[in-house]
Amino acid sequence: MAVVTLTIDGKPVSARAGESVLAAAAEAGIRIPTLCHLDGVSEAAACRLCLVQVEGRGRLQAACVTAAAEGMVVRTQTDTLREYRKMILELLFAEGNHVCAVCVANGNCELQAAAADLGMDHVRYPYLNPVRPVDVSHAQYAVDHNRCILCTRCVRTCDEIEGAHTWDVAGRGTLSHLIADMGQPWGESATCTSCGKCVQSCPTGALFRQGSTVAEMTKDREKLGDLVLARREKKWTV
Amino acid sequence: MDHDELLRIADAERAKAKPNEIRCCTSSGCRASGSADVLKQLKASVAANGLNDTLTAVGVGCPGLCSAGPVVMSHPDGGMFGKVTAEQAKGIVAALSGGATDAQRIDPNQPFFRKQFRVVRATAGQIDPERIESYIAVGGYEGLYQALQKRPDEIVTDVTASGLRGRGGAGYPTGLKWATVEKMPPGQKYVICNGDEGDPGAFMDRSVMEDAPHQVLEGMAIAAYAVGANQGFIYVRAEYPLAIERLQAAITQATKAGLLGANIFQTPFEFKVEIRIGAGAFVCGEETALIASVQGLRGTPRPRPPYPAESGLWDRPTLINNVETFATIPAISRNGAAWFAAIGTDRSKGTKIFSLTGKVKNAGLVEVPMGTTLRAVVEELGGGTADGKAVKAVQTGGPSGGCIPASLLDTPIDYESLGKIGSIMGSGGMIVMDDTDRMPEVARFFMEFCADESCGKCVPCRVGTVQLHGLLTKLVERKATRHDLDTLVELCQLVRDTSLCGLGQSAPNPVLSTIRYFAAEYEALLQPEEFARPPRASVIPLSVV
Repeated sequence: MAVVTLTIDGKPVSARAGESVLAAAAEAGIRIPTLCHLDGVSEAAACRLCLVQVEGRGRLQAACVTAAAEGMVVRTQTDTLREYRKMILELLFAEGNHVCAVCVANGNCELQAAAADLGMDHVRYPYLNPVRPVDVSHAQYAVDHNRCILCTRCVRTCDEIEGAHTWDVAGRGTLSHLIADMGQPWGESATCTSCGKCVQSCPTGALFRQGSTVAEMTKDREKLGDLVLARREKKWTV
Repeated sequence: MDHDELLRIADAERAKAKPNEIRCCTSSGCRASGSADVLKQLKASVAANGLNDTLTAVGVGCPGLCSAGPVVMSHPDGGMFGKVTAEQAKGIVAALSGGATDAQRIDPNQPFFRKQFRVVRATAGQIDPERIESYIAVGGYEGLYQALQKRPDEIVTDVTASGLRGRGGAGYPTGLKWATVEKMPPGQKYVICNGDEGDPGAFMDRSVMEDAPHQVLEGMAIAAYAVGANQGFIYVRAEYPLAIERLQAAITQATKAGLLGANIFQTPFEFKVEIRIGAGAFVCGEETALIASVQGLRGTPRPRPPYPAESGLWDRPTLINNVETFATIPAISRNGAAWFAAIGTDRSKGTKIFSLTGKVKNAGLVEVPMGTTLRAVVEELGGGTADGKAVKAVQTGGPSGGCIPASLLDTPIDYESLGKIGSIMGSGGMIVMDDTDRMPEVARFFMEFCADESCGKCVPCRVGTVQLHGLLTKLVERKATRHDLDTLVELCQLVRDTSLCGLGQSAPNPVLSTIRYFAAEYEALLQPEEFARPPRASVIPLSVV
């Protein structure tokens, strides 16, 4: 297997050919913030938090879809990048109705954690306060669209891991929203297998198990990546 | 179909032509002002006057001067009439044999026509776009025949040597794109024609598809032969029903004539074309979103690389070019790369079509050599503003472009020069503005368009454009402070630098270019800080318990 070496934040790092900068960085212990990335499913490159500077390239590159290359010089922590990441988070907080104090995922939310990590202490943009529904028609789970950041991890998980493709996105721009099947209530979906993988994949409290109250909805997001790995390697026990 | 048959069709069509023709524009612009009725009356008058042996009334493509529509022309004497009504049709026919007409005459020698250099629109206004014979009679499909006499890589070399650059906006070298697809290993490859023209104020591609559908097909076929594809798709927006109708008719005619399908010109080359109709999303003009849409998926862009040339439609190597780019190819094939490369400037070769709109006297389509100055297009061809006011600015490139102030009108139109002054060539929309136009409102209009058309996939474009629109609204309503203006600029930079595709990356251009050249208009709208915001000291620091 071909191996390339590159420099990330001044640190020499090795990577397998074809591996992303994000994966190479993670392996070397360099954390690049992400929201739409999830181990085990394809990349969307949609949240733009993992943007990095690559020497010799004019535009910022999303680390999740940039292949590591020999001699590449990557910087993940510049003033501009830190500021841009903060602004992107502020845009997300202003877009939905993210109220941690009453959220099932409080304390177990990737959006909340990213905001704390990146030092997002206020939102400089006006809140859009959209009117969004909550769908509790499913017997076990529920979706609160107010907390959805449209990362599409659930869409990709349902399509690629479970193979059901119950979830997709309808509408466009800031009116984009998740739909089950052709837009019917989740509980009436003909394709949903009630496997709950989407719930585990969700970075926020948008998808949750019914009956959980504030801060009770913990998620095991690593399980999905492990599942994909186990299927591929045909190894189910450690 | 072989070459002799092509020549026979051309001869037969020419022999059939009557000594005189009366031509009526039947493209969308004139059609909207009633040209279908005018043509009907012209035909009736010709028959009623017993002139059928010497005169025919035919529908033709757009002669360009849309603001004077419906336009009627007489051939070969070169007479031209504008804003023709159905009632005036009889008089126009009578005028050809010395009678009188009250129809408004247009000077065919005015700069609007005289100063154009038509390559892509060479036949527009002269041939019937609905009949393949009409196109063949003026040399149509000769370029395809000549291309098929060469090796594919020779054609790629020709296109590279011609210096042609993509007419969709970005100006990527066409030859380089073709070479990339051509060099991919043999196997299933595709050619896609991007007819999803969506910029407000742009209608060049619509006219090319309506006026010369066969020219687009011929260009695509040459491209397919060059890169080794056997299947093509034309992606047209549903808002262009006439273009769809004429393209469909052209595909049927060309297939029947053996110019599409198997064994074209008795060579092993095979090429089929299908139309795909867009569903109203501007973002589908972005090539990866367009490809997703052709595949029946949600039209959202994906990160590149891989580029479509390597992995496009159904993960196959795909050549995707704009309508105008393909329509330029037959002329290059017929006349040679050197002929084309001699037109235009050093780095921008050939001609470009612009749709001249807004506060301009002669609104319509103009095709000029690259390197022509904006002033020549707006003031000479366009005739300045309709009511004689001074031109304030020219917007090029639509929602991805910028506003160029009157002081920079002597800038030559080429990819580099426009880029240097903060705008882009774009697909060719050119909106003329006078001093009644307020730049912050223009910027707000384009931002509203981008917020509406954002697909919603990436955060900076989805939410950033909405926040930008909010800030511009606040500004226009005179509620914004200097702090808001700073936020506006910094958010513009974020959206430009971090968005996933070209839509978001270029959405701030109208704002940034108007702030650059018309800063005073923004300043004038600002409110003093103290009246607009509570003092900062009132924020109570929170402490974590």
